[in-house]
Amino acid sequence: MEDFFRELAADAPRWNFIWMYEERQQNKILSGLWMTIKLSVMCLIFSVLIGLVGAWMQGAKSAITRAIVQGYIQFFRNTPPMVQLLFFYFALGQFTPVVAGDDGWTVEPIISNVGWAIISLSFFAGAFNVEIFRAGIEAVPESTVEASESLGFSRLQTYIYVVLPLAFRVCLPALNNNLVNLVKTTTQAFAIAVPELLYHSVTIWNDYPSAQYPTMLLLFVAYVGLVAILVFGMSRWERGMKIPGYGT
Amino acid sequence: MTWTADQPIVSLKEVRKSFGALEVLKGVSLDVMKGEVICIIGPSGSGKSTLIRCINGLNDIQGGSITVEGQEVHDANLDKLELRKKVGMVFQQYNLFPHKTALENVMMAPLKVLKQDKSEVETRARALIKKVRLEGKENSYPGELSGGQQQRVAIARSLAMNPDVMLFDEVTAALDPETVKEVLVTIRELAEEGMTCILVTHEMGFAREVADHIYFTDRGVIVEHGPPATFFTEASDPRTQEFLGQIL
Amino acid sequence: MRRIPGLNAPTRNMAVLKPFDVAAHSPDGYIFTRWLAAMPWWTPFAMMALIMIWPTLAYAQSRFTTGDAFDALWRWMPFLVMSGFLFNVVISMLAMAIGTVAGAALGLAQISPLKPLRMFAWFNTQLFRNSPWLVLLFIVLLALPFEITIFGQTIRIPDWMKGVFGLSLPVMANISEVVRGAVQSVPTAQWEAAESLAFTRRQILWQIILPQCYKRMLPPWMNWYAILTMATPLCSLLGIEEIITLSRQAMEAEDNHPELLVPFFGFALIMFFLYCYPIARLTMRLERKFAVKL
Repeated sequence: MEDFFRELAADAPRWNFIWMYEERQQNKILSGLWMTIKLSVMCLIFSVLIGLVGAWMQGAKSAITRAIVQGYIQFFRNTPPMVQLLFFYFALGQFTPVVAGDDGWTVEPIISNVGWAIISLSFFAGAFNVEIFRAGIEAVPESTVEASESLGFSRLQTYIYVVLPLAFRVCLPALNNNLVNLVKTTTQAFAIAVPELLYHSVTIWNDYPSAQYPTMLLLFVAYVGLVAILVFGMSRWERGMKIPGYGT
Repeated sequence: MTWTADQPIVSLKEVRKSFGALEVLKGVSLDVMKGEVICIIGPSGSGKSTLIRCINGLNDIQGGSITVEGQEVHDANLDKLELRKKVGMVFQQYNLFPHKTALENVMMAPLKVLKQDKSEVETRARALIKKVRLEGKENSYPGELSGGQQQRVAIARSLAMNPDVMLFDEVTAALDPETVKEVLVTIRELAEEGMTCILVTHEMGFAREVADHIYFTDRGVIVEHGPPATFFTEASDPRTQEFLGQIL
Repeated sequence: MRRIPGLNAPTRNMAVLKPFDVAAHSPDGYIFTRWLAAMPWWTPFAMMALIMIWPTLAYAQSRFTTGDAFDALWRWMPFLVMSGFLFNVVISMLAMAIGTVAGAALGLAQISPLKPLRMFAWFNTQLFRNSPWLVLLFIVLLALPFEITIFGQTIRIPDWMKGVFGLSLPVMANISEVVRGAVQSVPTAQWEAAESLAFTRRQILWQIILPQCYKRMLPPWMNWYAILTMATPLCSLLGIEEIITLSRQAMEAEDNHPELLVPFFGFALIMFFLYCYPIARLTMRLERKFAVKL
């Protein structure tokens, strides 16, 4: 198969599928893809945690806590993620302490650009999650919570056994939308030179202009494919978690 | 303070309740003896639901006292759990936990709250489901059951905690007329077995046949009360007469 | 066999949970616009005050003071606004115009009775909705030729025009969904009534259905315009000279002092906010005014 692509590159000068036959480029693509997946997974986990903590804090008694969470979350929801990334990496990054690198000579900041990308994107996605979780919790009818309390469950038990399972099932579709959006937003980490798929693709076609069209095609297929797999997997999960008799 | 069967099992004395500035209960007193069936009727907004919710501690009161088996309900030191073991409640809708089957719904509280043995709880749960005539529906989810079936499972679930008093808050109001009957039959059987029941209801026919005592509330006070034999025919207060005239 | 509710037919005459609107809680909905419109008018001033406090606290000792940073910003401000932000606005308007026209066509194609056209339109819509905006921008930037020859005249296509086209693609896909949703939200009874009056399909669409849709489509259309405007900084990654690129160049010219970062980026943020806030308020007002009364 590799020979086929070598010949194709020779015959059609604009269609050099270089990453099909050359190992170095292949590794670049694979590492880029892996980085995108890694970013997505890490951000997913952290954003869910942030969402849970934020939703819990929004129900706090103190009005100051609520206001802080609200202001903090609204900022992340409504400014462009790219500017957030730049802000975190450049403006905040200069304050982080530096440690000596592996060779004992260079100094590097304690949080790398990948780290900042994860932090920034997690807060971005987490801000939406707070809303989603809060709405999910509110979707559980009062009566069900009261019925649970009337049976003798403590508030914590009601939360764990009744409210959270129901809220989770209810907000799963919205959470999935958020996840898909998150995967698409990881491309913006390009702005701070995070070596994800887009970044590596750009270096490939900068080095090999003949590989431009094939690499763009690859990018398209990769992202649309990632999103499609996610959506498929998520709707399988949604169907499995569905509450029988609820919704259409 | 020990309670003996010659004292009222539930006793309300001059109960007052306000929601903010709005006073909903303006000094309500009533006594319920063990084994009695009480029906509370009245126009909407008269405070009937609020009254019944105060009995198991879901709402707090601003004045007066409520005792269940001699224990003051609104005592700050009271372990709410102990109270809820004695008093079971069934709501108008959204009773059941939609993500658990009917059997799991009935089993959940004895397992998690009372921490009883699983096989014991399961046997009792199946017996209760059979008692409310839903044998074969143990593995159905609430969304797959009709309204009447859901309410019967809710009754079975409350019974699983072995309460001494059962409260019913307009349990048939959200049902189709065909399904109302099946629920009422279940409640009547409960009453005939000697369970103390306090019902808020619009079902006058049921009240007339099953109740030992009927209370009519309007605008936060008990206007009139009496056994059904005399209540429906010899109501003296004009408000009662107006209400009965409209619904009978 | 007779269907007996509860036995061999499900009945849902009693709900088990309250309904939950997924669309309203997903990232692209009215969340952004609603938030923006709900902010009180003094928010940008509060933001500016906050932006001024932090550098003051952090840089009390540095030689290049915050005063100098704000002087620098003041000097560059006219340039940043006129050559920078205004360019962002121009890009967003052009991209919106192209995206609207193409999106409307695609949306109507999605409900066409011709199956191949429907499939083509559906495929395009899904493709461009699910692709990251930055990837689309890159692809368009590099795939489009830098000059085209029509009728013997060579026309140069500058980078920013490619950026406009690249941004218009996802907008097109989303507007297509808006149009399709609006047309499908008109009750089918309207179609049936019109058909029984012997209207042709084209007449029904253009004279009866679409006029009812314009009002419903306006608020989501404005919402997407706000989202598009917020996405124009992506063009800076392609070298197009809009506000973020120019801010970075300005900071370079001022020797890249770290104290400049917060004021300059903060200024960009505020410019976007001042532009999008009135749009958001107008959108919310229009949405309430045009709320469909069924």
